[in-house]
Amino acid sequence: MIPGSGIRAAESRSLASGLGRTVIIVTAVIALLAPAIRGQQGFRRTPGAVYDADAKGRKSGPAPRRDISGVWEFANGGAEGIQADGAKAMPSDGKPEHELPFTAEGRKAFMEHKPTFGITQVPSALTNDPMPGCDPQGFPRIVLHNAHHEQIIQTATQVVILYQFNKKWRVIWTDGRKLPGNPEVPAWDIKDSPPPEARFWGYSVGRWLDDYTFVADSNGFDDRTWLDNAGRPHSDALHVIETYHRVDAEHLEKTIAIDDPKYYTRSWIALDKLPYRLQSASLEIPEQECVPSETAKYNQLFANPAAR
Amino acid sequence: MKRMLVIVASGVALLSVPLGAHHATAVFDLGKRLALSGTVTEWFWANPHCLLRFDVRSEGGDVTHWVAETQAPPNMIPFGWTKQSFAVGDQITVTLEPVKNGQPLGRILQVRLPDGKTLVAGAPAIPAGDARP
Repeated sequence: MIPGSGIRAAESRSLASGLGRTVIIVTAVIALLAPAIRGQQGFRRTPGAVYDADAKGRKSGPAPRRDISGVWEFANGGAEGIQADGAKAMPSDGKPEHELPFTAEGRKAFMEHKPTFGITQVPSALTNDPMPGCDPQGFPRIVLHNAHHEQIIQTATQVVILYQFNKKWRVIWTDGRKLPGNPEVPAWDIKDSPPPEARFWGYSVGRWLDDYTFVADSNGFDDRTWLDNAGRPHSDALHVIETYHRVDAEHLEKTIAIDDPKYYTRSWIALDKLPYRLQSASLEIPEQECVPSETAKYNQLFANPAAR
Repeated sequence: MKRMLVIVASGVALLSVPLGAHHATAVFDLGKRLALSGTVTEWFWANPHCLLRFDVRSEGGDVTHWVAETQAPPNMIPFGWTKQSFAVGDQITVTLEPVKNGQPLGRILQVRLPDGKTLVAGAPAIPAGDARP
C-alpha cells in the first residue's frame, strides 16, 4: 500500500496459486505481449537508424585485409553493451571467479569508490561516481559501461574511433610512434608534441598483428576516471591492450585487457572477444549526451527522494 | 480489469530484461510490481533517464503525484518509445517496480497508452540469427 494513495500493491510473487492458473496466466501474458515482442525483434529506430542483425542462415563474405572501418553495433543486440555491473568479462557480482587481483593499494582505491552498481553499490544520491555528473568517462570506461555504436575510420596514420555516448572520439596512432615511456608523466616523443599531461582518453598507438588483427596499446591516463560502472579503479600506471579481430566481412571481435601493476597483481580481461556486427554505411549514430541540467532535474525529482 | 493488470505485470517480470542503468538498483523493491492508472502531467525525455510524471487518484479522492523513470532515450528508441510517446492529460496505466522507501517513485516496466497499445521498457536481446525486418 502506498501511503495516502489508496492503491493496492499487486505483487507478482503472490500469484502462483495452482498450476492450471499459472498456465492460463502465462498464456494470457504471451498473447498480450506478443505484438510488442515482435516489434522489439525488429528494433524499431528513428528513420534511417535501422539496426542490422544477422539474417537466419546468412553467410558473411571473407574479411577484408587490414580493414576494421565502418559503423559497428553489438552482434547480439544493443543491450549487450550496457554493462551495468561492471566489465562484461569480469562483472562485480561477488562470484570468486570474478574477483579482481587487487593489490593493497588497488583494493583501497576500490573501497573508496561508491558506485551505484556491483557488490559495493550505494543509492544514487550517495555515489561519488564522476560519470552521473557528466565528468568524462574516458577510456576504457566508454566501452566497459554504456557502450553503443562505434564508428571506426582508418587513415594512413590513424585509426579513429567515434563513440555514441557523449559523441566522443579517440585517435590510435599508426605512424610508428611509441607510447609515452613514463605513463605517470606522459607525452609523445615527437616533434611539436604538446606538454606532458595525463589524459582522460590516454595516449594510444596501434599496429597490425596480422592482416585481420589490429592491436592498440594505451597509457598516460588520468586516474580520476573509473574503469567501469562498478567502481573498479585504475592508477596512473594503467596500460590497456585492445585487440580487434576481423572475423569476416560483417563481424568484428573486441578484446580488452587491463594491465595496471600499481592496482592489480596481474593483467585481466575486461572484454573477451565481444562480437560486433557491421551496420549499414548510411546509418547515422544516434545522439546521446550527458546533460548536467537534465541530470540535476533527475536527481531532484527521483534520485534524491528515492534514497531518503 | 485490476486482475488483468496483475497478469500483465507478472508477464513483464517474466519476459523483460532490464537494460541496466547508470544508477543503483539498491533503491528498488526488486520483484515488486505495481499497476497504476493515472493522468500524465509531464514526459521528460532526457538523460540520464526519462521521467514520466503522472497523477493517480485513489477511490477516496486523494491524488498522488508519481514519478517513474526509464532508461535514456537511445536505450528506449529501439523499443518504440519517442519524445512524443505521451502528452499531458493522457490516461495511462503504468506497471512499475517501486522504490523501497514508500515514496511514489519507481522504474517503468510498461505503459498502456490511451489507444490500448503498450510500450514495454525492455526486452530480450536480439538472438543471433534473427532476421532483420
